Amino acid sequence: MAIQIRVPTILRSYTGGQKVVEASGETLADVLTDLDSRHPGIRARLVTEDGGLHKFVNVYVNDEDVRFLGALDAKVADGDTVTILPAVAGGAPAVAHPES
Amino acid sequence: MVAGPIGSDEPRRLIPMVNAARSMTFYEFDSAEYLRVWREMDERDEEPVVIYHSHTATEAYPSRTDISYAGWPQAHYLLVSTRDPELTEIRSYRIADSTVTEEPVRVVNATVDSTAVQTYMFGHLPADVDYECRA
Repeated sequence: MAIQIRVPTILRSYTGGQKVVEASGETLADVLTDLDSRHPGIRARLVTEDGGLHKFVNVYVNDEDVRFLGALDAKVADGDTVTILPAVAGGAPAVAHPES
Repeated sequence: MVAGPIGSDEPRRLIPMVNAARSMTFYEFDSAEYLRVWREMDERDEEPVVIYHSHTATEAYPSRTDISYAGWPQAHYLLVSTRDPELTEIRSYRIADSTVTEEPVRVVNATVDSTAVQTYMFGHLPADVDYECRA
């Protein structure tokens, strides 16, 4: 079962610089575990200690954000593409406070 | 954000993005729009060169949240503060491994008085800064 994983620049240190790698599994959770067995350390950048997906990454299966597919329970099938992108977000308090 | 050829450090293509958070104090790319835009960039061998946003009530310095989310280490994080109605602050930073390094900014081809830039000389800035990107 081959699932294509597209990896952003910031995570390519785990994949030896490769932009696209392969993994297998029937759910995203399985795929990430398999991915980590081939590229150690990458899973910790994607999954928190509590076992949920990090808010700092967007993960897609084909065209859909996995948030809408059950997150780590998202089903994946042979030939699917998982795309990982760093979340682009930020914020600032509504009221100015002394810079800490 | 402003895209440019991978490795070029040249901001060439302005891509205004929707703030899906629709908030004055938090911003995030719309997930689906981001994927579409990313795929187009990838096809064109581009990467984000500038990622900009504004702070409506605080200074133009990356917040803790900004720093924690900065996931494109090669990008220039441009911050615009609109807290003062008379004076707009524009500052730029590199953010990698949670380390913020400020870089100088120089306004070119501006429609404002060039002496209005009081500090932060040298460096690169897109000719047009999109002030509509709020928060």
